[in-house]
Amino acid sequence: MTESRVLRPAAIADGTVALSDDQLRQLACRIRIRDLRMIQTAGAGHTGGELSIADILTVLYFAFLRVDPARPDWPERDRFVLSKGHAAGALYTTLAAAGFIEDAELDTFQRPESRLNGHPSRHLLPGVEASTGPLGHGLPIAVGMALAAKLGRSPSRTIVLTGDGELQEGSNWEAAMAASHFELDRLTLIIDRNRLQQGDSTERTMALEPLADKWRAFGWGVVEVDGHDIPSLRRVLDQLPVLPGKPTCVIAHTHKGQGVSFMRDAVEWHHRVPTADELSRALSELEAAAK
Amino acid sequence: MTDLFDCRQTFAQTLIELAARDERIVAVVADSVGSSSLRDFSRQFPDRLINVGIAEQDMVGIAAGLASGGRVPFVCSPTPFLTGRALEQIKVDMAYSFNNVKLVGMSSGLAYGALGATHHSIEDFAWTRVLPNLVVIAPADPLETSQAIVAAAEREGPVFVRLSRMGVPAVHAPDYRLRIGVAAQLHAGEDVTLIANGVLVSRALDAASLLATAGVSARVINMATVSPIDAAAIEAAARETGRIVTLEEHSVVGGLGSAVAEVVVRTHPVPMRMLGVPNVFAPTGSAEWLMKRFGLEPADIRDAALQLVRETAA
Repeated sequence: MTESRVLRPAAIADGTVALSDDQLRQLACRIRIRDLRMIQTAGAGHTGGELSIADILTVLYFAFLRVDPARPDWPERDRFVLSKGHAAGALYTTLAAAGFIEDAELDTFQRPESRLNGHPSRHLLPGVEASTGPLGHGLPIAVGMALAAKLGRSPSRTIVLTGDGELQEGSNWEAAMAASHFELDRLTLIIDRNRLQQGDSTERTMALEPLADKWRAFGWGVVEVDGHDIPSLRRVLDQLPVLPGKPTCVIAHTHKGQGVSFMRDAVEWHHRVPTADELSRALSELEAAAK
Repeated sequence: MTDLFDCRQTFAQTLIELAARDERIVAVVADSVGSSSLRDFSRQFPDRLINVGIAEQDMVGIAAGLASGGRVPFVCSPTPFLTGRALEQIKVDMAYSFNNVKLVGMSSGLAYGALGATHHSIEDFAWTRVLPNLVVIAPADPLETSQAIVAAAEREGPVFVRLSRMGVPAVHAPDYRLRIGVAAQLHAGEDVTLIANGVLVSRALDAASLLATAGVSARVINMATVSPIDAAAIEAAARETGRIVTLEEHSVVGGLGSAVAEVVVRTHPVPMRMLGVPNVFAPTGSAEWLMKRFGLEPADIRDAALQLVRETAA
């Protein structure tokens, strides 16, 4: 991770440093590697759903968000809410890469008194904007953040990342109505559409499709993207909002366990921890990809 | 005839005064503009009244987001729906997250009367007082309501102010000052202590007068703050009067009486009676009728206190 330590997100947002698509792709692999090591050390984590959002988090923190680890409470910063709080490990690893916390602290994940709780807590860790864990909380909070920015005429943008199974929670649809009613065009929802929830596929558990139509019907601009394709993700984020005066829903098509062949699309890796042998195989795949 | 006040009006006027001084303040409602008496607020600050529609979970979540964006949201809604429907948001987005959100619950307790048990809020103390960081206040009269709203605005952190719609007389002297977490003794006494809050404080004072006629000296304490509770005042009452009767417009399971008992058993155990709604859904009837039905009239309170005094006489 050390080579990424200099990549302060604020500098990137200012245009002082611009990472190439290939650098971002490599960085996302590094974040996956560090996350898997952290999960192995802790003996806990939500492996599949952390690997599925690594590319999204990388693009957000290293090519989009105006945030600054030196001033985590800067009032006009962009807000990022990880609604799928069980993927905390991916967020912590990304925050470490972005300089919000020291890399060594990642080894304290889920240990007694650690700031790296199993779900992110805003009062424990700089850079965490909302305490999440129970599903269906992030989008309403993000609507409130976007409303506050609009009321205060702040340039701050709000991004919230939810799981897809999480959309079965009704609170999301209350917030979906509110976001379009209040014309929050600086609010963007990214859905990690990996099509798996804890025990089965989303469609067998409680079908979400036609998902894009649902968001359009709720008054959102909708765009679908390959959530592992760095240039596509950047292109989408550079064109926000996709419809003027409306919040944007980015349906990011992803794979749980992305980056490790035997974890990819495998429901049993929702929160399984790799054995030493599995970790070594996973890391050699990721190391090869990171080149 | 004593003048009776609907504390919602005082709340609404106080919020307008605060909003005029502090532009961070916004009101957040779930279609509850009328039930929260906020029509004047919406006329004066149309951009600062955020109506999320009938969606209490969303209302509290949005308020948490507004608070993290530097606003001071007052979330106003009937208490049964506010606390029941949005309890996880109150726990996680407000209390655990220490977001600077203020809940103002309207028509608490039995106030909705014959609308039925769905609309009664006799569980909210139990649900909210167990949440760390969350201050819970049930003011007794217009002056205390106004001060509770000001105190909520001035405090950095989550607060729940529980209001009624039932008329109450003024019980505090004009120089009264509410302090969060500090009980107010409204009447001195040595034989028994009556501890109440909200609409029951005036009834406790009336009961104390009746008890005086019967030769019993009753202390009356207004325990406006349920959390954090004033343990010192409770311990002193237990030591100095030897008996405690609690009164609440709430279930006797988990509410004010329970909170007082938790302190009494660990400091100075004394006999207690807990008056309130037993663990039942209330039958149909007006709020006033239900207060009688559940033995919360001044004469009922007197009788309960007298019985306690007789049973425990040395």
